Amino acid sequence: MSILFLTNSLLTTVQDPGRRGYGALGVNPNGAMDRGALRLINILLGNDESEAVLEIHFPAPKILFEESALIALGGADFGASLDAEEIGNWQTIRVEKGQTLSFTHKNWGQRLYLSIKDGFRIDAWLNSKSTNLKAGNGGFEGRKLQKNDRIEFKVQSSKFKVQSPLKLSQHFLPYRKNSNLIRLIEGAEFNLLAPHSSENFLKKSFQISQDSDRMGYRLTGDPLYLLDEKELVSSAVTFGTIQLLPTGQLIILMADHQTTGGYPRLANVIAQDLPILAQRGAHEKVYFQMISLEEAENIALEFERDLNLLKIGCEFKRENK
Amino acid sequence: MNYKIFPISENALTIDFGNEISVEFNEKVIQIACFIEKNKFAGFIELIPAYSSLTVFYDLITVRKNYENFSNAFSAVKNLVEFGLKSLPTVKKIEPRLIKIPVNYSKEFAPDLEFVALRARLSQAEVVKIHTSGLYRVFMIGFLPAFAYLGEVDPRIATPRRETPRTKIEKGSVGIAGRQTGIYPLESPGGWQIIGQTDLEMFQPASENISLLKTGDLVRFYDLNENPKTKITHPKSK
Repeated sequence: MSILFLTNSLLTTVQDPGRRGYGALGVNPNGAMDRGALRLINILLGNDESEAVLEIHFPAPKILFEESALIALGGADFGASLDAEEIGNWQTIRVEKGQTLSFTHKNWGQRLYLSIKDGFRIDAWLNSKSTNLKAGNGGFEGRKLQKNDRIEFKVQSSKFKVQSPLKLSQHFLPYRKNSNLIRLIEGAEFNLLAPHSSENFLKKSFQISQDSDRMGYRLTGDPLYLLDEKELVSSAVTFGTIQLLPTGQLIILMADHQTTGGYPRLANVIAQDLPILAQRGAHEKVYFQMISLEEAENIALEFERDLNLLKIGCEFKRENK
Repeated sequence: MNYKIFPISENALTIDFGNEISVEFNEKVIQIACFIEKNKFAGFIELIPAYSSLTVFYDLITVRKNYENFSNAFSAVKNLVEFGLKSLPTVKKIEPRLIKIPVNYSKEFAPDLEFVALRARLSQAEVVKIHTSGLYRVFMIGFLPAFAYLGEVDPRIATPRRETPRTKIEKGSVGIAGRQTGIYPLESPGGWQIIGQTDLEMFQPASENISLLKTGDLVRFYDLNENPKTKITHPKSK
């Protein structure tokens, strides 16, 4: 029961919602950049929604299925095909033994997720299967997948054989069409920005620079200034924290961020908009909008309610075949 | 007691005792962390202590479900934290552990020792002597898994970070940055002035502790070449 990587790829790693509980010892959480996609495809498959998946960047690998399986893809659209047949995201797909999954071109987004029914056989390190590249631990041997690597997956419950595919309604997707707007809550040092700078922060667009990765997105735009220079002692930061660098440019901390930082924190991207950001890449522009903490919490609750409905719906369809 | 509590995301808040490197603030951080560890609330995820602040991570969905009389998760957790802060004076202070770290200060392991000495107008031996005579506190762990920020370094040998960070610093390297000193637990890029190297495994990924040091520990460095036979003291054997 395994899949075999027939080619190398830019960056393919095993990720789950991240490693929690070891931040006090400097272990960063890692985890999927687009948690929305991770949860959705797991729910479609009837997996635990935090089951570890493959996070794939383009150029993506060619993957041979050495046994039949039920899978789902989500997140970016890399023109997936199974042998010669095109397949879409956000649905359960039956793969036969000996079929090859490949990705032809980058249509939209930056990161694609592949989940498999019942999950991959990956040992957890510190309670998580996410890959920590810096520590060389977690996930698949603590590193990215390469040609000739083989990942075992768990015995597929025989149930899926009789199932017709489950398809996700567009309504549940964590992205807003053609929107570059990223919603934020205010950070501890936002009020230290010079008036002109705080205006620009919320009015001007910022471009994601080439120098952006799973650790952080560097943005380029009109430089911003604090009223007074302030030395900060380091404190905890998190996924989505927007820091002001000494150059006046911004960095948004992403999934592989360090646990602590000492740059002024202007804002934090709301959890609901992290998937949108995770699917944006170099040269794309983003705009910011500040919302209240209360609104941010309510948006998260609403998404949770939606997902609960989806879970019930998927369960119902699985049971009533 | 002065403090500020503010959200850093929908799922985390920070208690800030003042933007300062001080033992007094850091002890408060550890005390409130102990209180929360002992009184975990529904939705609690983890704590990250830093120099003068503690960040509490929580799952807002679980908090909202369990504390329905609060209009949002932040106020509910803030309320719990403030209750802890009120009872802080009664929280017993933890006796810190002392961990001794053997360092090889020889030239091949200490590429910046000469620079630190020149800048301080001291001999290299004097720099080593000053570095090994300090008793350092682990103020926080961050940057890399098991990277402990130790302070404070004697002002005579305090040296700013290198203007151009190195792309590769060897695992175990002991460095100085301003009045901080620390040990690189893994090979990594970095800008600290490297004055020696230790063989001790700071990062132990297979162990439950994973980090040799934790916030609040006390650390002393000793010169391996002066005491070649000194046994390495592990915290467990204390």
